[in-house]
Amino acid sequence: MEKAATIVSLPVLEPSPGALLRRRVFGHAGLLIGCTVLSVIILIALFAPWIAPHDPFDQVLDRKLIPPVWSESAKATWIHPLGTDHFGRDYLSRLIWGARISLVIGFSAMLISGVIGTVLGVLAGFFGGRVDMVANFLITTRLSMPVVLVAIAVVSLVGSSLTVVIWVLGLLIWDRFAVVMRSATMQVRNLDFVAAAQALGCSTSRIVFTEILPNVANHLIVVATVEMAHAILLEAALSFLGLGVQPPEPSWGLMISEAKGLMFFDGWLIVIPGTALFALVLAINLLGDGVRDVTAPDGT
Amino acid sequence: MLAYLLKRLGVAILVALTVSLITFSMIYLSGDPAVALAGESATEEDIENIRRFYGYDRPILIQYLDWLARAVQGDFGQSHYLREPVARIIFERLPTTMWLGFLALTFALTLSVPLGVLAAIRPNSLVDRAALTIAVVGQAMPSFWFALTLMLWLGIYWRLLPITGTASWANFVMPAVALGYYVTPAVMRLTRAGMLEVLAADYIRTARAKGLRPMRVLFKHALRNAIIPVVSLAAVQFGFMLGGSIVIETIFAINGLGFLAWESIQRADLPMMQAIVLVLSVFYIVLTFLADMLNAWLDPRIRVV
Amino acid sequence: MAGPILEVENLSVDIPVPAGLLHPVQEVDFRVERGRTLAIVGESGCGKSLTSLALMNLLPPRARRTAGRLALDGEDLLGLSEREMSNLRGNRMSMIFQEPMTSLNPAYTVGDQLVEAERRHRRTSASQARDRATWLLEKVGMIGAQGRLRQYPHQLSGGLRQRVMIAMALMCEPDLVIADEPTTALDVTIQAQILHLLSDLQREFSTGLILITHDLGVVARLCDRVAVMYAGQIVEEGTARQIFRTPAHPYTRGLLDCIPIPGKTRRGEHLGTIAGIVPSLVGAMRGCHFADRCPHAEETCRSAPVAFRDGVETGHRYRCILAPDHGPDANGERNRANGRTNPE
Repeated sequence: MEKAATIVSLPVLEPSPGALLRRRVFGHAGLLIGCTVLSVIILIALFAPWIAPHDPFDQVLDRKLIPPVWSESAKATWIHPLGTDHFGRDYLSRLIWGARISLVIGFSAMLISGVIGTVLGVLAGFFGGRVDMVANFLITTRLSMPVVLVAIAVVSLVGSSLTVVIWVLGLLIWDRFAVVMRSATMQVRNLDFVAAAQALGCSTSRIVFTEILPNVANHLIVVATVEMAHAILLEAALSFLGLGVQPPEPSWGLMISEAKGLMFFDGWLIVIPGTALFALVLAINLLGDGVRDVTAPDGT
Repeated sequence: MLAYLLKRLGVAILVALTVSLITFSMIYLSGDPAVALAGESATEEDIENIRRFYGYDRPILIQYLDWLARAVQGDFGQSHYLREPVARIIFERLPTTMWLGFLALTFALTLSVPLGVLAAIRPNSLVDRAALTIAVVGQAMPSFWFALTLMLWLGIYWRLLPITGTASWANFVMPAVALGYYVTPAVMRLTRAGMLEVLAADYIRTARAKGLRPMRVLFKHALRNAIIPVVSLAAVQFGFMLGGSIVIETIFAINGLGFLAWESIQRADLPMMQAIVLVLSVFYIVLTFLADMLNAWLDPRIRVV
Repeated sequence: MAGPILEVENLSVDIPVPAGLLHPVQEVDFRVERGRTLAIVGESGCGKSLTSLALMNLLPPRARRTAGRLALDGEDLLGLSEREMSNLRGNRMSMIFQEPMTSLNPAYTVGDQLVEAERRHRRTSASQARDRATWLLEKVGMIGAQGRLRQYPHQLSGGLRQRVMIAMALMCEPDLVIADEPTTALDVTIQAQILHLLSDLQREFSTGLILITHDLGVVARLCDRVAVMYAGQIVEEGTARQIFRTPAHPYTRGLLDCIPIPGKTRRGEHLGTIAGIVPSLVGAMRGCHFADRCPHAEETCRSAPVAFRDGVETGHRYRCILAPDHGPDANGERNRANGRTNPE
């Protein structure tokens, strides 16, 4: 009698999925703020040569340590809105060019780690069994090695350059991709449409690319934002320790490192690049959180 | 339980061996370690002598096994720079880092667990929003920058705390906050998510239907189940913090393992670097193993299976 | 006999949802006599579970409860603070839930969870409470009760867990037990055992019992009175005999039509179905909730609220404009119901 008499009650009048998604996207303050700030920073990085008022490497020693315009010092000038560093380089220009370094390293390292982690995670989640065991072992091994320490050790041994930093970070931070992709793939794999595709005789690679990946894409985007932010923070920490991007490149972490000896006298030297770093990472995180909230509304 | 324990132990040992292999091969990253050690003005003969002295002329596998056998016995060789046994220096520095890590974890847990619980009890309330803000801000804050900012304000402008060294407990306040704040977001989010999930569980309704007081429902029935994943996370984060202490120790000039690692890297002191990486990795492995055991004890479902 | 153990008048539950105000329970009233059994029957989503949670004041946080009167053994429950209410819960009124697999806390032993209620409400020692728990586990038919106390929920099957839940509900000898679909999640073979156990214990302890179910067969065998719910309202109420022999509301008849009857329903014959879907319960509703699916619906059914009218026998009422004895299909219905096991 259950089957006959149970008629599922219709849910409350729902708008179409598309409209619902749009409403969620535009109703999500964090997502909007994150998107806006990130877009602005990307645009600044892209057009750095045209936007930056000075050459970021240009040292004018008689103009060193000019404070930013908001300070009460008589030296403050609109020629250098954010002041100059101890070599007399324009701080605003260095900040603008520094956005490029952070974005390039963050994005490339995320891409490398994304490829490694996704391949590993999807294989583990799809095949299970031995493959899963091996993947789990690799993840555990990777997690047990301290990232910052290994990164600076390797960079110091191999020699530092932008490419080296990108590769070292990319090879070190794939674990979250692997963990998330593994469990997401496992969930999707057990759904009926995958079984249906298998029953129809679809090849494994076809199932992975047409059935699995599109359905774990939202997880992938969220992890990608997290790892990009992670890579940017790591680059900054490495550069801060003097083992990342090398002078005279205007990396934000390096700017803080160069200024730390002077920070007790000229605090703004560390406040400005730190704020920039914070804003960029915050924007990426807000974007990631927003994507997660919008694509998985039931999750808390 | 015994089978579970043995299985986890086996995996832990295997992971430790793999890490040791990776750590060992690090010295070959820069090419010939003997050349690197000898320095720029060395003759062919000097290099050859160094190679023989440190045993770099043997087959790599033999070198590895020899290094591993000694490492297991606590012998990590001589520091190239300090001319002292690596192990002795490390164990001199280790307690400082452990103490820092412990303080940082304590700070992180006392801040994040209650906030996570409060946020979960009243979702979307003021507390929840404040907690979320702390989490979002914490995740975006570069730890070294936060440390410098703390130093600038608490140390220089307000003169509340000493800025460097390890002379008294007050020296550890800022480093512990700087190190601990970084793990707060993750712990808080997990506590909040866990509590939300558990509070919606049927057994919470059962507990309320029994007439239990709200505090008892919250602490006995909800928190106990929500805290299980937090225990694992705390162990993992403790391991990460020891690794991340390199940044904080360098900033605050705390004479711990992280500072030692940084110094050793500056001095290209290979045996020291290897040993530190290995010690921290093994420590992390032991920690996660213990956390798993603690989990099994907390969650009877794992224990009996 | 003194007054009823539970009186409910005009109980409503409202839940704010994005589209407006949802009214899952609307003006429900019934009473449960001391030591008797009331069944609340209806399809999933008709509001019967929320009704039971409303009685215990265990509704989800956003839901709002209003009632004209809600009294346990003559004592008003509406004016009680949460603290006073928690003194009654698990003590004088207790509840058995639908999902035995998830209703026990996985982190604590069965014994711990059993003893808890008694220790909360009575001044008993731990060992006394433990003795009572053992005795009750034996009562609910668990072999080796002493050892069971030390087991964790995941070590027990669904049927055993539901037995534990029943024992838990009886720890403080409550006046009223509310069982919300206690067998839905169990295997068919276990269902009957659990129901008979529940019925036996209810008689032995002479507790009032509200049995919430969608299984009419259960109702016929075990219950004194039956309330049929549809779309948030009680549409018909009476003794089990009245509901099965002379169902007056078209919905009740539809429900009865959906049950195969041994000996009567011929092989290959179609069982009844009720066409249409349950109406949305958001916003105000004017007429009869069943009008859209009712074969007898008239213009007046949709325009004005339908009041209860009395059935042929006393104590039988239903929410419909039709006369108590109407139409040819009513007779067919009665004949069919006659073929069933006698409800009393």
